[in-house]
Amino acid sequence: MRPVIQVSGVRKTYGRTVAVDEVSFEVNNGEIFGLIGPNGAGKTTTMECVEGLRIPDRGAISVLGLDPFRNVYKLQDRIGVQLQQAQLQKRIKVWEAVDLWASLYKKNTIDGERLLEQLGLTDKRNAWFMTLSGGQKQRLFIALALINDPEVVFLDELTTGLDPQSRRAIWDLVRGIGERGKTVFLTTHLMEEAERLCDRVAIIEHGRIVDIDTPGSLVNRHCPERTVVLSTDDRTAAERFRAIPRVEEVVCSSSQFTIRGRGDDLVTEVIRCLSENRIRVTDFRTILPNLEDVFLKLTGHSIRD
Amino acid sequence: MLRGLWKLTWIEIKIFLREPLGAFGTIGIPVLVFLVLGRVAGGSLAPSSRGASSFIGVGLPVFASVLISVNAVLSLVTIISIYREGGILKRLRATPLRPQTILTAHVIVKLLLTAATLALMVLAGKRYYPVGVHAPLFSFTLALLISTWSILSIGFLIASIVPTARFAQPVGAIVLYPMIALSGLFVPVESLPPALHAVARVVPLTYTVSLLEGIWRGDRWSAHLADLAALSAVFVVCTALSAKVFRWE
Repeated sequence: MRPVIQVSGVRKTYGRTVAVDEVSFEVNNGEIFGLIGPNGAGKTTTMECVEGLRIPDRGAISVLGLDPFRNVYKLQDRIGVQLQQAQLQKRIKVWEAVDLWASLYKKNTIDGERLLEQLGLTDKRNAWFMTLSGGQKQRLFIALALINDPEVVFLDELTTGLDPQSRRAIWDLVRGIGERGKTVFLTTHLMEEAERLCDRVAIIEHGRIVDIDTPGSLVNRHCPERTVVLSTDDRTAAERFRAIPRVEEVVCSSSQFTIRGRGDDLVTEVIRCLSENRIRVTDFRTILPNLEDVFLKLTGHSIRD
Repeated sequence: MLRGLWKLTWIEIKIFLREPLGAFGTIGIPVLVFLVLGRVAGGSLAPSSRGASSFIGVGLPVFASVLISVNAVLSLVTIISIYREGGILKRLRATPLRPQTILTAHVIVKLLLTAATLALMVLAGKRYYPVGVHAPLFSFTLALLISTWSILSIGFLIASIVPTARFAQPVGAIVLYPMIALSGLFVPVESLPPALHAVARVVPLTYTVSLLEGIWRGDRWSAHLADLAALSAVFVVCTALSAKVFRWE
């Protein structure tokens, strides 16, 4: 099946600054695709080119088979958009915004009242936009992005600036959108968000895509290291751990051992070793690399720098 | 193309009325100026003096009307800058709303505001104004709306150039208020020094004042074709310029 979004060789400059360069990727039907990278990496520029809000200097983009810039109105009828740091009129009421948005689309829209109910905004329907909390504003923007029952939903830095609790609530909503079979294209600089939500991610840095894959495959490819930390009083333990295949390092301090090695089998091998030698442990945990580590390895610096 | 225009216009009207200070400043001040100055001038000047009756009978109503128009334009400049800075314009543009629909809604709101304020002034004037005024109100309203429509295009130009919302209102005031002084309202354009005379000729408000004074006195429209042409030219030039330089974000 044809991908829903196809981006190839896109370049966009602002004056002398190259915002994105040679960016290519595809988003498949029904997947949650994340563009991840630090602030200023070119995530929003890329997304706004795909949405038809900006015209790239070079390259080709197709969304649902349409050229987003030339067919922007046709496209906007079929997609839902949430923009980074957008606001509405301070004194617009929640229901007025939903009602206005619902009137803008040619095709049948979702029942606005039900949508507000699903997003937990029913008791805020008469509230002015300026009185909403950060989480409520974002939920309203999600409602506006979903009102036309879109085929593709764009979410730009959806949870930036939200407290952890609201963030989790929003994650559940995004998963719900994905489960309804919609294609979701999101950007985030939060690796945890990408890991929890995305089927596939593209890592972008200085306007270029560094790698694209599922979060798990990216971790396996770039960060095969596994670490097991355990505590035992057994004096023979160090010896036996060093004998496990693929173990590269065993560090021992008092009764705590840190075992480092490569590959998914490492943890199994350590457990097998413990059971075969009847080593009694009082603590056992694994430290697995995540997207954060992948980013560090690929770019040489942490995403927070 | 008009999809959403009426709904957006209606919402913008409600939003405008929900901001009590903004609504009072734009609607109340011209009406107050009209009433208070009318009382002061009517009381202090000898009723028989020709200057006083001309000022109260024509000058002040036209001055207050020009204020209504200028205030509507200033309010437009402020709102557009705030909407741009807050990302509201960008958010609206990322829908099937056409850009011109968004801006047209604001023009309609300002024209309605102008008409409503004028109506309020006429009603208040009937009750509290020192002299009875018999002006062709329908033609005068039309003339004021045409003038406002033309000057609103200058508002869009100012809103395009001013970088932040904080400066929008003061910059707009600095551009527009001096125009009132040169417009021939207080001193006839012909008696200005030559240099200022030349400036007054290119100030759009000069044509607004000439049109409004004429219609107020009962002139026929055909006597003011030049004013109408000048105001149309202002609209065409400023709209074309702001279409080039208008920024959505």
